[in-house]
Amino acid sequence: MTHDSFFGYRRANGRAGIRNYVLILPVDDISNAACEGVANNVHGTMALPHSYGRLQYGEDLDLHFRTIIGCGANPNVAAVLVIGIEPGWTKRVVDGIAATGKPVRGLHIEGKGELTTIAEGCRVAQEFVQYATELQRERIPIEDLWVATKCGESDTTSGIASCPAVGNLIDKLDARGITSCFGETTEITGGEKLCASRAANPEAAAKFMKVFQAYQDEVMRFKVDDLSDSQPSKGNKAGGLSTIEEKAFGNLQKIGEKAMYIDVLAPAEAPSRGPGLYYMDTSSAAAECLPLQAAAGFVLHLFPTGQGNVVGNPIMPTIKLTANPRTARVMKEHIDLDVSDVLRRKMTISQAGDALIDMAVRTSNGRLTTAETLRHREFAMTKLYRSA
Amino acid sequence: MEEPGFIVHHKGDSLGVVVVEDVKAGQKLRGWIMDTNETIELTAAADIPLGHKVALVPLGKGDTVLKYGNDVGRAVEDIGVGGYVHFHNIKSKRW
Repeated sequence: MTHDSFFGYRRANGRAGIRNYVLILPVDDISNAACEGVANNVHGTMALPHSYGRLQYGEDLDLHFRTIIGCGANPNVAAVLVIGIEPGWTKRVVDGIAATGKPVRGLHIEGKGELTTIAEGCRVAQEFVQYATELQRERIPIEDLWVATKCGESDTTSGIASCPAVGNLIDKLDARGITSCFGETTEITGGEKLCASRAANPEAAAKFMKVFQAYQDEVMRFKVDDLSDSQPSKGNKAGGLSTIEEKAFGNLQKIGEKAMYIDVLAPAEAPSRGPGLYYMDTSSAAAECLPLQAAAGFVLHLFPTGQGNVVGNPIMPTIKLTANPRTARVMKEHIDLDVSDVLRRKMTISQAGDALIDMAVRTSNGRLTTAETLRHREFAMTKLYRSA
Repeated sequence: MEEPGFIVHHKGDSLGVVVVEDVKAGQKLRGWIMDTNETIELTAAADIPLGHKVALVPLGKGDTVLKYGNDVGRAVEDIGVGGYVHFHNIKSKRW
């Protein structure tokens, strides 16, 4: 198979998607039920329930809108029905998504009730599904693929092989001009100087150190112990990782040896400096990090795991790879690529990277990931502080 | 190429990662240093699970522990060559 291109959906704004969802998107938590009502009635739609969207303010509200609008705008989404409790914030989300040129409509529940909203929504959703199902995949150059990465339930095999396999892919495809993203700010602890040294310019390095220090300050403010049950996690320790520093250097293997990040993004912020590697300030928890990357416009995720994190994302297919031979054996239904042959000295990191590129192209062409087949749609909104 | 019993990321690291299941005390292990592609040997001084670490050099209490060629923590007790290394005898210097 050639790896110069993939078959995807070219959207009105020029971006490339690898899935073709019709999204039923709640503005707020109390509109989840209406969205699920529509999704239950119209085949080919997906509701995206979440926990927030009421009484938020300031930077936290900005992040909420950036996340919701970003997910609707993601190129994996063909069309969006937005449902909110009231018209004001509903319109704000609709207008944000409409900037991509894709079909989007908004409904609000106040003044007519949920059942009428669902009935109206079903008619809109049906039109959207029939529109979306006539769109065809077309050949798209590999450099138009936007790829994000994060690791989870890491163990020592992650640092030896599965994270380096991602790093090898990033090195090879960064050179071709793809757009890619990594993050996990707390999990760089101990490796922050190395991470800062991988910035392509002094501004990006300074921005990284600023977000790194802010997150450290937050941990220092709220911690009650040495985080020995949280970072590294229980699973990390069961897998042999002993300290946050050891975990950090393993984590950083995911950006390979050559690629340099050109900018540091706020959570859910879309890249704006063209193709290249970006750092995003995110939590290290998978269900919190992945939605932020999806909202920034990334369409495919590469997720190395050691002990077997089973996470997926509703709109960004998540390829899981492991180098742990036991995980590959006993958790096979969660693993898309087994690179444990690196540990047996039967596969080089470069070969593992090539195998991952192959899997990335096949997944982009339409192959469902293990997480998609098992309906893993974890979607935890990042919240900066309590609502007003 | 022979399958390694443990893997060392960088030459000069204090630790190797056991990559086979059920290593027992007294078992001879062959190690592979990834960045230089060298092979080394040592004898495990304890039972060590898959993915857990073995000391390649003697570590004294307070010594810095190196992995990936970088500082990944400090020993909180003396650890002999072949010893089992985990959070009971090394700790983070952070948090």
